[in-house]
Amino acid sequence: MTGVPTTAGAAARGGTVSAASLAVAAADQVIADLAAGHRAVVVDSPPGAGKSALVVRAARALAGAGEPVMLVAQTNGQVDDLVDRLASAALVRSGSAGLAGAAGAVAGPIGRLCGQDYVPSARVRRHAGVTVSTEIGDLADCVVVVGTAAKWATVRAGAWSCAWAVVDEAYQMRSDLLLRIAGQFDRALLVGDPGQLDPFATVDIDRWAGLTWDPMQSAVEVLLRHNPDVVVRRLPVSWRLPPSAVPVVAEAFYPFGGFAAGSGPGDRRLAFSSSSLWRDEPVDAALSLAVQTGWALYELPARHTVRTDSEAVQACAALAARLLQRGCVAYSEAHPGGMPAGADRIAIGTAHRDQARAIRNALGPALAAVTVDTANRLQGREFDVTIVLHPLSGRVDATAFHLEAGRLCVLASRHRHACIVVARAGIPELLDAYPSTEPVHLNVPAKFPDGWEANQAVMAHLTGHRVSAR
Amino acid sequence: MSTLTALARAQARMADVAQRVATVRHVHIGTRPMVLVPLALAGEANAPLAALVGDDPATPRLFVVSQPRNRDERFAFAAELASVIVPYVEGFAATTEQVPAERGETRARSLDAPQLVLPNRAGIAFTRLLGRSTRFRRPDGDHPVDPAVPVLGRWLSFLTERAEHPGSCLMLAATEALSLHWASGQSELEDLNLATLLAWIDPPPGVGGAAAAAVGEDPLASPPAGPVTDPGFDNDVLAPLIDAFARTTEAARSESGASAELGHAAVRRARSALERALTGQLLPTWQLVWRALELLRELPAGDHVARRWEADRDAFTGYAAYLRDGGLPQPRRDGAVAAARRLNWLERAQASFAAQRAFDDPLVMAEYRMTGEAFAGQVVAADPGRVSEGAKRRVLRPWITVATADPVLVMPGTVVTSPARRGQKAQVISVTAAVAPGPVHPVMLEAGNGASGPALVALELSGGMGRGLVAPPGSVPEPGERVCYSTLTADYLPIAEFPPPEQTPWTHGGPPAPYEPDDEDAAEDWS
Amino acid sequence: MTDTEARLDQIRGAMPPRPHNARTIAALTANPGCVRRAILDAAGVDKPRLAAASGFPAPFGQSRFAIARGNAFEALVKADGCAELLRLLRDKLGLPIPEASYADLEDVAGSTSLPVRHARTRQLVTRTAGSGADAGTLFDHPLLTLEVGGRLAYLEPDLIAFRLRDRFHVVEIKSFAAIDGQADPDKVAAAAIQSAVYVLAMRELLARSGRDPDLVADEVVLVCPKDFANRPVGALLDVRKQLTVLQRQLSRLALIADLVELYPPGISLDLAMDETGVPRRAASELAAALEIFPARYSPECLASCEMCRFCRHEARATTAALGRAVREELGGVEYVDTALRLADGEAKPGGGQHDAAALLRTAARLRAESLAAAG
Repeated sequence: MTGVPTTAGAAARGGTVSAASLAVAAADQVIADLAAGHRAVVVDSPPGAGKSALVVRAARALAGAGEPVMLVAQTNGQVDDLVDRLASAALVRSGSAGLAGAAGAVAGPIGRLCGQDYVPSARVRRHAGVTVSTEIGDLADCVVVVGTAAKWATVRAGAWSCAWAVVDEAYQMRSDLLLRIAGQFDRALLVGDPGQLDPFATVDIDRWAGLTWDPMQSAVEVLLRHNPDVVVRRLPVSWRLPPSAVPVVAEAFYPFGGFAAGSGPGDRRLAFSSSSLWRDEPVDAALSLAVQTGWALYELPARHTVRTDSEAVQACAALAARLLQRGCVAYSEAHPGGMPAGADRIAIGTAHRDQARAIRNALGPALAAVTVDTANRLQGREFDVTIVLHPLSGRVDATAFHLEAGRLCVLASRHRHACIVVARAGIPELLDAYPSTEPVHLNVPAKFPDGWEANQAVMAHLTGHRVSAR
Repeated sequence: MSTLTALARAQARMADVAQRVATVRHVHIGTRPMVLVPLALAGEANAPLAALVGDDPATPRLFVVSQPRNRDERFAFAAELASVIVPYVEGFAATTEQVPAERGETRARSLDAPQLVLPNRAGIAFTRLLGRSTRFRRPDGDHPVDPAVPVLGRWLSFLTERAEHPGSCLMLAATEALSLHWASGQSELEDLNLATLLAWIDPPPGVGGAAAAAVGEDPLASPPAGPVTDPGFDNDVLAPLIDAFARTTEAARSESGASAELGHAAVRRARSALERALTGQLLPTWQLVWRALELLRELPAGDHVARRWEADRDAFTGYAAYLRDGGLPQPRRDGAVAAARRLNWLERAQASFAAQRAFDDPLVMAEYRMTGEAFAGQVVAADPGRVSEGAKRRVLRPWITVATADPVLVMPGTVVTSPARRGQKAQVISVTAAVAPGPVHPVMLEAGNGASGPALVALELSGGMGRGLVAPPGSVPEPGERVCYSTLTADYLPIAEFPPPEQTPWTHGGPPAPYEPDDEDAAEDWS
Repeated sequence: MTDTEARLDQIRGAMPPRPHNARTIAALTANPGCVRRAILDAAGVDKPRLAAASGFPAPFGQSRFAIARGNAFEALVKADGCAELLRLLRDKLGLPIPEASYADLEDVAGSTSLPVRHARTRQLVTRTAGSGADAGTLFDHPLLTLEVGGRLAYLEPDLIAFRLRDRFHVVEIKSFAAIDGQADPDKVAAAAIQSAVYVLAMRELLARSGRDPDLVADEVVLVCPKDFANRPVGALLDVRKQLTVLQRQLSRLALIADLVELYPPGISLDLAMDETGVPRRAASELAAALEIFPARYSPECLASCEMCRFCRHEARATTAALGRAVREELGGVEYVDTALRLADGEAKPGGGQHDAAALLRTAARLRAESLAAAG
């Protein structure tokens, strides 16, 4: 596997300048790979490492070569984001200065391939150069055509072909979907975050275990198993995660290749505008700790609870409400003068949908702007502060679902400033009591990181940031 | 496992008898099912030891392998099994009806189809391997077998593949069919034992479920339903009998004349002793499987059962035609395209099976109400004449409001349907949800939260109301009416398109070599 | 003797401690949250006998046929100095073993004493590790040791091969079949964790001798029959996860002292028999002593623990006895009758039971409503 030099992390820690240059070098390398005659290039991206910027830059570079490019994402929301970025002149988010070289819109019309029920979002409608159609035939003049994998899979054989496809969120795409679209391109760039949730199937069957083309694995896995010489690159710098989060997330979820923080130790800061509101209560203590250290574990007394533990639900809601009451301001390299971390910059993450619903109910209409969602639906998103209802909180047993490394990884890596975890006491004991009797299939590569270990690592870190709720 | 099923298990434990988790039957029970109870030799991958098979509870056929490691005996066993199963299965292909097909044409569908019933999932797994070890055989060449053996292999492979297909009933495991309808007072793992599961569902008169299950667990009182035998039986009964049979056979071979006659008599005695012992192990399970079918047959069939059975009949008709045309045996493993295609079938079958069961059965629908994917309640307000500006013209879009005590999880924008009005879509406009019970955090009280009461769901209706701007009577639910809406859909799900295998893309290994079963397949050891 | 050891000896009584083997060490990971199991294992109590003496014999037995099959297959693989195995390692796994020598360590100059055999294994293995020789070696019946909860356990892997990709590889021979490339995943999982025990023991042996423990590969070679025949086939198993789990559970065994301290002294599970072979202590007496140590019963125990029937009987009124998932869906309420009384609204929810009670009442309402709707 080719990758970033092992010194990347150390060098990057020296300051943002070297982190930025590392990131530029990595992105340049990928763009160079595209011209080097490879059949496929895979780019592993840790959370917030400028993946979308890279996808857009690559699409632009490939389109510049004169061939139409097919761009594939997994959800309509992701596709619209990519369309917006492609069509915008100012492509680059502040903060990802490292990819500044990527700025500039695609020269030529952009196609948005969509399904029957699709209603164009505002960020697509505002671009005159974007053609929206359900038919690939209408998009023949476009230099880049963007669509969900599921939509691309319905394009009739022979109706479209191109030299290059760029696939975003490729670790969340299932192998069988790649099979359905792979006939439309000769070469592919697959970009994704290997630490997030794996794709899943609604049937539980081990019929294809051990086959290299097992349709239930991810698009990246199937590609690499059949093409072991494919170049794999890694983006070395997370622009999202603050320096307080990078070592924790990297160690627990990216054991075979760390990454560095794009921001320096003093760049990110949270403060409350109304200090007079402080009270000597656990919620405030947890917020203070999170503001100071980037992490807090708001620990409720040990108890076996139902999934929608109302105390934990109330705690999540109260933390968000209090954060907003006290007027949280986020200072960062992008906004050295501070930006209010309003409700739209706060997210609450859960494992289950009914937990998210209960938290939404608890927040009520007044706080409806706070994003509350499951790990699955928070993938790819970014906030200033996140509040996480720990998947193992209050459980009698751990299960493979609740231990899944990708789930905790998504929840623990959405924030730019701080992450507050709400949990019942007793998770370390729960992990120790977990029976390790999972079945093993021959010729199926062992999956790393192991969820059990990743959970241990995160809990070990959080134990040092504990605030008891009572 | 859902909270409702969990509650049913708790109730079963307390009532000391199984509780229903379905109000109608969700499996098809054939007019003439065939029961197969196989036993295997311990420690071997797929060494048949004995089987009871037949379509008449009163007259099971017994087949025994008296020297389980003898290859010839195994094939003889397979041939015997084939002599019962193949005519049974293929008999159903003889009578067909014509049903409409695409483009105004018609196609044949067998009037009925076979149904092979095994005691449990392990029995199906054993049958799958039996199919795998026999389907490649050839009646000619260096290792000829009875011509019926590879045919048996192909049919067993077909049936076990169908058994993976959600909602298919060509091959059933009795334990699974029962568990779909009853919750016992024991755990799911213990339910894998047919004897204990049936003990909970149908205990002998005057005996409680728990006590009956204890008897069902005792290998002496209730021999295991197989295919794995009881180790105690193996060591104390079976091994000496097999040894005795081998000894007498050996002795008879070396004798001649009158003593040979005696020797043959001894062989016959040894053989019948072995058969008696194995019958003793098999017969209780045979009776349990038939009892399970009886209990299932007593339940009224759900509305969609016949439709799923039609799909089974289609699959059966198709495979019978394929075999008649000299089709190849099923490959050992699915290729890349076949695997992806099958996953798509299975996921579609799973979704429609789940939805159909919920539509057919309020107790199954209650599972979705419990998780918030469905809700039932009373219409408290209706605006049946509401008209909105559509893209091209004004369209009828009535609104109704439903009050429900169910925990609603659906979000505004979601489309739901009612089993009572399947042609009508309802889009969720708003949900004012009830607040969960329990203490409210002081911070949240300050934030002005604390509303309570039943949830109100506002819905916008479309479809199922004719073409005019006035809804025909009855097409829009009226205030006071009980309604149930869910995100489930029994709609036809489009079949995904896949490239043909010869165009398997490079991402998946490229086109595979065309599949041809070779001599090596046919000659494979079975030892 | 430490206090803890004395306490454990007292719990075990007059019988000698049952030594650990790879299977029992692997079993430590099956239900690590069970205090009863942890104490019985630490004390070396004869669990099958205890289960029988307390009135709930273990439901496990092994068929003569299965044992014969296992032995025959191992003999076949090892015949003629492991000729068949070498063919497999070379051809199927592409492992370069130019010339393999074969060392049988089952007895050492006629001695089968465990310490003698272990010393011999250690001597040979360390010498090979240091030699850098280019010749492959197969060690048959090596004898390894591993410290488990303060006591030495002797372990006997099927085979250890040296210089496959420059590492020692543990070879595990199993008689379950791999059909079309797949074997029973539960049996493979059991083989993987047992092999991990051997890898750990080998690494400790090398470390004790000042060699690099990483000379032992974390990939083991699983050999089993191919399809329906007797021909062996090999597969590499990555046991890194199993090693982590095992190391963590072994380190937790060291905490047994704290665990034992929690219970009053004087508890004895003595299984001594009188002259007629009848246990001296009544089943009820043993049961009363056993119940002092809390069990973490779940139906999964029925497949793995000798005490399962005893614990199941003890847990019969609990929701856990109906399965982990059932207990969870019932809101973690411990007893079946409490759950039902909360569901019916008969019982007032106690501290922390409000959520569960609400959930159960909804479930009861939906169930009753739907059953009534169906008539």
